[in-house]
Amino acid sequence: MISDRIRQFFVLFFVIGFFIYLFGPLIIMGLTAFNTSAFPRVTPWECFTVEWFEVLANDKRLLEGLRNSFLIGFGVVCFAVPLGLAGALMLMQVKDRVRPWYYTVVISPILVPGVVLGISTLLFWDRVGLMFGASRDSIFYNGFFLTIVGQSTFIAAYTMLVFISRLQRFDPAQEEAALDLGATHVQSFRKVLLPFLKPAIASATVLAFLASFENYNTTVFTSIGTSVLTTVLASKVRYGIDPSISALAVSIVVLTIFGAAMHEVFKRREEAEAKQAGLVAAGLQEKKKVQRQWFVDPAVIIILLVFIAGLGTAFFAGTMGVDECKVAVKEQKQAATKKRVEALQKRNQEREAAEKAAAEAKRLERSQRTGTENFNTIFSNENLKPQPGKKADTPRTGTENFSGIFDSGNLQQQAGQEDEAPTGTENFQGIFSSDNLQQQSGQEQPETEDANQ
Amino acid sequence: MSTYWQNYFKKNGLALGLFMLLAVLIWTLVMIILPQLYMMDFSFRANVPPPQWGSETHVYTLEHYRYLIYGNVNSTDAINYIDLGVFGRTILASIFVTLIDVCLCYPVAYYLAHVAKGGWGRLMVMSLIIPFWVNELLRAFAFKVMFGTGGVINDVLIALGILDQPYDFIRENTALYSGLVYAYILLMIFPIYNAVESLDKNQIEAARDMGSPWWRIHWRVVIPHAKPGITSGCTMVFMLTAGALAAPQILGGPSSLWFTQLVYKWFNNSANWARGSAYALVLLILCIVFVLLMMRFFKVKLGEIAK
Amino acid sequence: MSADVKLEDVWIRFGEFVAAREVNIHIQEGEFFSFLGPSGCGKTTLLRAVSGFLSPSEGKVLIGGNDMAGIGPNKRPTALIFQNLALFPLMKVWENIAFALEVKGVGKAERRKRADELLELIALPDQGDKMVNELSGGQKQRVAIARALAAEPDVLLLDEPLSALDLKLRQHMRTELRAIQQRVGITFIYITHDQGEALTMSDHVAVMSQGVIEQVSDGNTIYDSPESSFVASFVGENNHFAGTVTHVDGDFVVVDTPSGSIRARNIEREGQKQLQSGDEAMVFIRPESLQFCDNQSFDNTLNAVVERQEFEGNFWHVFLDVEGSSRTVSLSMVNDGSSVVHDVGTSAKIGCNAPLAVALPAGSLAAE
Repeated sequence: MISDRIRQFFVLFFVIGFFIYLFGPLIIMGLTAFNTSAFPRVTPWECFTVEWFEVLANDKRLLEGLRNSFLIGFGVVCFAVPLGLAGALMLMQVKDRVRPWYYTVVISPILVPGVVLGISTLLFWDRVGLMFGASRDSIFYNGFFLTIVGQSTFIAAYTMLVFISRLQRFDPAQEEAALDLGATHVQSFRKVLLPFLKPAIASATVLAFLASFENYNTTVFTSIGTSVLTTVLASKVRYGIDPSISALAVSIVVLTIFGAAMHEVFKRREEAEAKQAGLVAAGLQEKKKVQRQWFVDPAVIIILLVFIAGLGTAFFAGTMGVDECKVAVKEQKQAATKKRVEALQKRNQEREAAEKAAAEAKRLERSQRTGTENFNTIFSNENLKPQPGKKADTPRTGTENFSGIFDSGNLQQQAGQEDEAPTGTENFQGIFSSDNLQQQSGQEQPETEDANQ
Repeated sequence: MSTYWQNYFKKNGLALGLFMLLAVLIWTLVMIILPQLYMMDFSFRANVPPPQWGSETHVYTLEHYRYLIYGNVNSTDAINYIDLGVFGRTILASIFVTLIDVCLCYPVAYYLAHVAKGGWGRLMVMSLIIPFWVNELLRAFAFKVMFGTGGVINDVLIALGILDQPYDFIRENTALYSGLVYAYILLMIFPIYNAVESLDKNQIEAARDMGSPWWRIHWRVVIPHAKPGITSGCTMVFMLTAGALAAPQILGGPSSLWFTQLVYKWFNNSANWARGSAYALVLLILCIVFVLLMMRFFKVKLGEIAK
Repeated sequence: MSADVKLEDVWIRFGEFVAAREVNIHIQEGEFFSFLGPSGCGKTTLLRAVSGFLSPSEGKVLIGGNDMAGIGPNKRPTALIFQNLALFPLMKVWENIAFALEVKGVGKAERRKRADELLELIALPDQGDKMVNELSGGQKQRVAIARALAAEPDVLLLDEPLSALDLKLRQHMRTELRAIQQRVGITFIYITHDQGEALTMSDHVAVMSQGVIEQVSDGNTIYDSPESSFVASFVGENNHFAGTVTHVDGDFVVVDTPSGSIRARNIEREGQKQLQSGDEAMVFIRPESLQFCDNQSFDNTLNAVVERQEFEGNFWHVFLDVEGSSRTVSLSMVNDGSSVVHDVGTSAKIGCNAPLAVALPAGSLAAE
């Protein structure tokens, strides 16, 4: 029995750990959106702010991507939902011999890697365009069209699964009854089948939109030049991270959770309906109304409340005391910086003698290493000299760089910049505009080139 | 056959019948089958500039596959260590990620299905969908924030005195693997949860009643029952992990590439679409083989996998 | 309006399987006509051919004299009541009833008015605004009838509509259906495997087995003068004795069976006496036609031992082991106070008169 207790305790511990693993990263990411720190982090906590949301709202590229993603999502809904419906209806009536083959074909896009779908769509329509002798600005080379088609290929399979599970409960006699009463096929479809499928259509619509909205693997190939939310996001996340991305994440998470909650509600309502239909059919229970059930669903209420509360706090806290706090933090920082600079200078002086002696040897050794390890020396004087002939506008950076920010003379400059507006990305891009950084995060090559200059 | 179509149109009417037929044809042929076939064809063609596609210079060649196996013509290596290495590492890492996911999810799924009761249990299951709906890129971003040199984990470890220097989790791929395990974990937990939940609780009681220790109950009763769910979860997780692009791009260390990144590189950086197609086809074949193996070994149907 | 329905040489095949074989039937206008047969005999298939959901592989379906080939179910003057009713669960009761008018484009007020009239007819006034699932089984039944009648069909087709109801309700609905049919005066074609339903309601009954129409006549004739061994064994209880015809004697034949010779009626089919001397035959005697001989004499007598007795209030059912027959023979007698109870295990003579025994060519029997 004692071992049972221990086991239960262990399992509980495991489950709690699992949920922490599941939610911890998201919560921390969410928190970083509200910290004034220019790098997305929660420790040390500086000031509570919503300014990253403003930064986000002024990011033109991102907004354009967002708009395009909405358009594409809308297009995918219009395209994939009817396809999925037709696919599901067809599945119900293909011959038994053909059915497994047909099912394999229509379900395969779910199992094919998104990358492959994107590439094949891109190539295929390029080929079709060539066949028709279409020009480069025709539809076959249009990022919107390609992305809608590419995404619909597998999203239609998702929606089809939604329709199949609903159709399995449809009594085909109802359609026959409608026909028998004089309805045309279209009338019977519109008045009998479609109302029955309404919850599934709603659910499939939400599903299709969300799936489209957050797809990356396929979109990255099919979008060509069109900037779409995920591709913009990917380049942002890869090349330079700042809390405005966290802010975006928070916004998207809130939106998707809202969408997901809706989807879940439709699904659950339908399940409840199905269950009840079973009970009614078995004569166990009189039919009750299952509508409005989601208002009482505790989970949905909790989720919504948490987010309303969160947003509310964010809004109020954001409008109060940020500036004061920032000034305080800045003073603190400057003080700390001063101290560190002094300490560093002292250390540098001490070290100088030794360094000079070992300089040549060290350099050689350093040149073998790759970027990350060089932090402490990136900002050494040689490297900080302007290096003409290199692109200075590529904003690439990473976590790695931060340990080196505060080194040597660089600090003065940085502090100066912070006095201006803390507009995140742009500032940092400025700081790291020297070629060092590019090398550093172009992580694949060893840094020989740079070191030799 | 003609009577089949007669019956088909009789049953659906002309308008609806045509709509369904057309939609299904467009979907299966124009969107699924032909693009795949064309990609396959393209991958066997020489890499010529787009204007020459379809002309006589666009000849058939095995060059791209040869490159994957033997590397550059001028290369002195016996085989293409880099690309094959990436391929092998992608497979192994995907298997590793899949196994970790099973180990993590099975106890939790069992707990949620049979131990947690009432509102709490329902809430926990409901809450699982939240991370599922968060964008893949953002999930990876969250891990980047956590594992970065200035991230929470390093700060905490340093504060606790375990580390004195920030540890580069990104470089060591810790972040990548945690991120991949995280990325598709819900595609593992839901199938297992559904399968385990459908197990009649009395079976567990009966086994316990007969004096079976807990591990044997799982081994002989619960796991066999959950097998379709586990298989489905493993297949989906493996395929998605092997085909992942966002997480490796964001979390991958400097020296480690994912196979999809090679595909991406051939397309975007090197503008060698033919070679990219060849690599994509290899990835596709890997996935097909994996699904077939799973279906063969665990005797499940395709319909059970893709739910 | 009412119309007659004619099936001419109708064959229906599904691949190798023949669901209906050379069916020729003429259903008069305004009559209540039933197809009776075990499940899988092809009766529903025939009904679907009449309603237009499938086309016969060969032959013609004529309604009101018009060939229905190529005319879809929505264009035919028929309305079908489905086995599971197929009411539209997402519509209100009155919307269900008025559906046929809705698709014709009749205005809402007019539809509502007509629906209310029909609700009156089926004795469910004021239920129009309920949802279908709020009704009881019997009420749904009536709504389904009203919905079909709203289409003003010439022929109403009913596919085992009572099978989902419990026994009491079923018996009640039989009377009601018959009453509705007489009120509206259109042709009803009714499908059932329940002979009670078929016999009580119908003007004519067609008995079907394995795609073949075995007999078409009124209920009485079906019961008293079955034309085939299948009909004899399917409709009502029957004891049968196999044997050979020894001679033909006017309307009667004498059949030699292991239990003794039995004199029985030689039933006509299509105006022909079916049995000749030397034919393999089966004699059918209904339980209520058999009696204990006691002091009376009968045309046919059999030696038997009482095996078991069951008392059912108005009836005694006696099961006997008859000499020469491996099958238990049943005998029922009315509990009118005059019946003599025989103890189990005693031997007794039982008998029946020739007009109550039926001789038919040997053939397949209904599964029990």
